[in-house]
Amino acid sequence: MSPTKDQSPFIETSELTKKFDKITAVDKMSFEVDQGEFFGFLGPNGAGKTTTINLLTGLARPDSGTIRIGGFECTKNPKAAQHLIGVVPDESNLYPELSGFDNLCFCAALYGMPKKVRRTKARELLETFGLAEAADRKFAGYSKGMKRKLTIAAGIIHSPSVLFLDEPTTGIDVASARNIRQLVKGLHRAGTTIFLTTHYIEEAERLCDRIAFIVKGRIVGVDTVANLLRPVQGKRVMLFSVSHSDAVLFGKLAAAFPLLEFRALSDGQFRIESTESIHIGPLVRFLEEQGIEALEARNLHPSLEDVFVRITGIEVDLMKKEKEKGGGA
Amino acid sequence: MKQWIAFWNIFLKDMRAYYLKPPNISWGLIFPLAWTGMFFIKSGLGLESVLSLLPGVIAISILFGTTSLLSVTVTFEKKGRSFDRLLLAPIPVGLLMLAKTTGAILFGMANAFVPVILALFLADLSQIAWSLAVPAVLMIAIASTFLGLFVAVSVSEVFEAQTFSNFFRFPMIFLCGLFFPVDVLPVFLRPLSYLLPLTYGVDILHGAIQGKNMMPVSLDFLAIAFFCVTLFYFSLKNLYRKWII
Repeated sequence: MSPTKDQSPFIETSELTKKFDKITAVDKMSFEVDQGEFFGFLGPNGAGKTTTINLLTGLARPDSGTIRIGGFECTKNPKAAQHLIGVVPDESNLYPELSGFDNLCFCAALYGMPKKVRRTKARELLETFGLAEAADRKFAGYSKGMKRKLTIAAGIIHSPSVLFLDEPTTGIDVASARNIRQLVKGLHRAGTTIFLTTHYIEEAERLCDRIAFIVKGRIVGVDTVANLLRPVQGKRVMLFSVSHSDAVLFGKLAAAFPLLEFRALSDGQFRIESTESIHIGPLVRFLEEQGIEALEARNLHPSLEDVFVRITGIEVDLMKKEKEKGGGA
Repeated sequence: MKQWIAFWNIFLKDMRAYYLKPPNISWGLIFPLAWTGMFFIKSGLGLESVLSLLPGVIAISILFGTTSLLSVTVTFEKKGRSFDRLLLAPIPVGLLMLAKTTGAILFGMANAFVPVILALFLADLSQIAWSLAVPAVLMIAIASTFLGLFVAVSVSEVFEAQTFSNFFRFPMIFLCGLFFPVDVLPVFLRPLSYLLPLTYGVDILHGAIQGKNMMPVSLDFLAIAFFCVTLFYFSLKNLYRKWII
């Protein structure tokens, strides 16, 4: 039952497939995550992110393919590596009738931690996560941000080697999200391998060492953030706001400025991309000739969002709206 | 050792969160009291009917106490996804489910002794063979709890747990010899009685309290043990099939 100690990846999947009736949620997915790595799983609603986490943690069984975690073969026996795993699900799922302190102690007990150790660790974590004052309050009475923090604390109380975080900052306020990101960064610095699923591209870009883009159950791109950004580096991007715009205008713009690439974002807003410098004067004059007022022009730094759109063809705004409507994948 | 720490704490958590909560304690007291009173008045025989009613009232108290609470709490935890925490813990699913059911078994046994304590004031219980009655109560509590577990892992909504439980529970009141001997049932219904675990548990209780067994006690214990193992086995099978998909 002991894991093999070698240089092999900490998490390794090969041709992992999971179908629900006729829908293929995870489609021949192969990837590796090294020990101590911060690995991001980025994709839209329904891409298969949560299903992948469920397969890796033992809450779902693959139809085919293999899973190895920490040297343990988990495909047939998902229990083998569960002592190494911490999971923070996309919904805070602690016990509403228990206090914050009792919830943490109970979660620690599930991993066989002795009473003294789990009480000490629970107090430490409540302090670290800024929840010490709410320790004796029932979980049901916590705010959304507090619930997320306590759920993360419950996921790490047994000091797991790998932490699976499923959309940890979705639906909480900016300050709490920032706080959670800092806490997660701290865990990573302390040596925990992190597997993060998110639809927030900026979050993935800021936190992850390596990112996989997932669409319709398939990985369509995986690399370090620096390598993913390489194709868009050196590219000029400008955001333009005008009084009004339509398809005819974009046709005219494309014909008048063949070296520039125009992309409509919303009514009155478009994006210009070019490998050359973008001169604003001729653009403003052209728009005025068309009877359109240029309201604002802003230079943008190419980001992972551009890479994501380029690789997946999915508009990021659409992805965020879908997620806000609710439901995970 | 680590697995037993988990087992013990799951049991303790359930006791604190569910079984020792005042509404459930009162359910455990009022329900058997109501059944006892109802059948006592209905018999119209006076105090001499207490001993003949006792096996049925004990069985019904255990059956309703265990199945109601266990099926609802497990379905409730699954619905709220807190049950996933248990499935993610590094303990075998069989041990986990035993931990989840231990509280209900003890709750069922406690329920059983409410009518017994009441009967103490109404009848002479000195001739009861406690060495048979207590194991019978334990076996009925286990079988009923596992029936509740089977219901819990077969449904997805809390209200379904209650309605599906009743599908088994109400026929058992009439078919398992609780208040009418199986012999007096129509011939075509009798085979059904022998397919229900409570028939065997109640038969042991009738033997222990009144000395009137229908079947040999060893056969009763064997049969009810068989039902316990079968119900637990199919509950686990259903859990793997429906909850770890």
